[in-house]
Amino acid sequence: MLWACLRFPGLAFSAAFAATPEAGPSALLDSHARQRLIASANDEARAHGVRRGQSVAAARALCPALEVRPRDRDAEKRLLAELAAWCYQFSGHVSLVPPNALLMEVGASLRLFDGWPILAERVSSGLRDQGHLHTMAATPFASASWVFAATADGMVIPAREGVIRMLGALSLTQSGLPGTAVQALHAMGFRRLDDIFRLPRPELTRRIGRAGVNWLDRIRGQASDTLPAWQPPASFQQKIEFDAELDGSQPLLFPLRRLTRALANLLAARDGGVQRFTLTLEHARGEATRIAVAMAAPQRDADRLFELARTRLERTTLPAPARAIELHADELPVFRPPVRDLFEPVRGDGLDWPTLDERLRARLGDAALRQLMVVNDHRPERASRHGTPSATVSLPRGRRPLWLLPRPLPMRPDPAAVLAGPERIESGWWDGGDTRRDYYIVRTVQGQQAWAYLPPGTLDGWMLHGWFA
Amino acid sequence: MNAAIASASHNLAQVLDHPGIWRRSADRQPRVRALSTGWTSLDTRLPGGGWPQGAVSEILFEHDGLGELDLVMPALAALTQEHRRVIFIAPPYQPYAPALAAAGVDLRFLHEIHAGSTEAAWSMEQCLRSGCCGAVVGWLPDIDYRSLRRLQLAAESGDACAMVFRSAEHAAQNSPAALRLKVSNSDEATYVDVLKSRGLLTTTAPLLRMRA
Repeated sequence: MLWACLRFPGLAFSAAFAATPEAGPSALLDSHARQRLIASANDEARAHGVRRGQSVAAARALCPALEVRPRDRDAEKRLLAELAAWCYQFSGHVSLVPPNALLMEVGASLRLFDGWPILAERVSSGLRDQGHLHTMAATPFASASWVFAATADGMVIPAREGVIRMLGALSLTQSGLPGTAVQALHAMGFRRLDDIFRLPRPELTRRIGRAGVNWLDRIRGQASDTLPAWQPPASFQQKIEFDAELDGSQPLLFPLRRLTRALANLLAARDGGVQRFTLTLEHARGEATRIAVAMAAPQRDADRLFELARTRLERTTLPAPARAIELHADELPVFRPPVRDLFEPVRGDGLDWPTLDERLRARLGDAALRQLMVVNDHRPERASRHGTPSATVSLPRGRRPLWLLPRPLPMRPDPAAVLAGPERIESGWWDGGDTRRDYYIVRTVQGQQAWAYLPPGTLDGWMLHGWFA
Repeated sequence: MNAAIASASHNLAQVLDHPGIWRRSADRQPRVRALSTGWTSLDTRLPGGGWPQGAVSEILFEHDGLGELDLVMPALAALTQEHRRVIFIAPPYQPYAPALAAAGVDLRFLHEIHAGSTEAAWSMEQCLRSGCCGAVVGWLPDIDYRSLRRLQLAAESGDACAMVFRSAEHAAQNSPAALRLKVSNSDEATYVDVLKSRGLLTTTAPLLRMRA
């Protein structure tokens, strides 16, 4: 077993500032005994002298432009679960350690990822790409990994002896022992874990309690950790609420990117894809705009999901500024990567039709791409319709033109010759679209073949309806 | 001595093997890969025996309704029957499903794209380049030389058959298309003339007489 622990020191901050990119000095507030204090601040705020533990008033005095936001513990939980989903691609056993750490068993995955250095690099670069500050350590014992992730970033210790030696060098404040136990031991003159490890067990239990001793056992691997395995959920629903109303689609792109990335992480964990999802934009007075995003085939790539959602969003005109954005996906079907023959030469960009279809739809809009289907109706206008064609069709008996005019036009001048006809088409009396026409195939003066009709019983008033192109 | 001659003729054979060189010999067909047009008399007289693949064919027609679409229909129908996609870009009228189906087109593999002129050229290039379309047919009345050249490159890269329909007014203009046909009408019959073709001697006689 090799447990890797990931700690995210900036998790609370990211969760609270999910809706907008942090612009300018910002700080996070935490409630301490009914007093609201700065819990953390970004680099810009720190440059102004804003520090952890200051009151809001003091921080504002130092930096008037400071943007403060309270901690959002629910959002933190969701973000941690989202990161767990992403980590699921590296390990089958991922466990949440609230508020801001994850444990995953990587011993079984080392061979798959060609060893620890490569696995660690993939984890790190993936998290960096998503903008998550993190520290990481791995040891055979989960609790020890958790301790080292905070104190020795990048540390990996494969054997028990090494773990105990390294632990011994840590100071008591870094040990993860409860605060009261640390205080008691400090009062007794102990500074390092080494000193404690040498103490007789009954004495130690009397002084720091059973919980403290148990913790010392766990970090040394003498007691086992119980770590519930995280399970990827079967559907996705996530909402980001904004402090202020956002007008237009442009400011919505930042939270949208967060949502699509969270969805992609879950999809990677489930080894699934998504074929349709809904974006809901909430406005004032309980109104909402729903945008359905559907794809030709299941997708899972974060960038592509974002592009698809973005083009749909930009095409939609919002009736009012938005207060919240929600992404909801009910069905997460199995993702099948496109199968290609090993020896088949790749043509051009090597795209498959669904990908091309989406690319075209994204730029031209859904209405621009169509297919034709034959409808069993005698009226020529209704025999061809946009829709999903089927494999079998029933055809009219007469010859039909390849081009049909959107609506019949008076024909000027009259045809030069009649080549075939008439074909009487009489239909539609039952649905109000009553049609009674005599169709002819005619030739014009310029030699064009046309499909034209006359009202029955007349020889005048030719109407042009199609071209035999 | 003999060895030197043998080696020289071998080199010559290699040089002549280049696809850009056409030799007028009865037993050798030029190496143009093509898609049968379905019109026997046209096939026998086009290089490779049909619509050149991985290239642009330009069809210049005088008026609607001369049979200009009939000319390409058999090839398109054959492609859809092989489950290869055919894309119509910016058709000037409504393509009529019963007539297409009667011509043998499997409508499941025919797609229609509606777009303005710049978007149409863009879509056509995307489709050609993608490598998943058998043929892309575009009605691009005001496409210029540069855009046609782009289409030609896209068709080469995607190994797709590109067909561009334009008015016969453009016949005098220069064009990068591999094949240029003109569809015109006289004496109540439609004639197909070749204006330009890679790997074919120009002939003055019309290639095909339709609807006579």
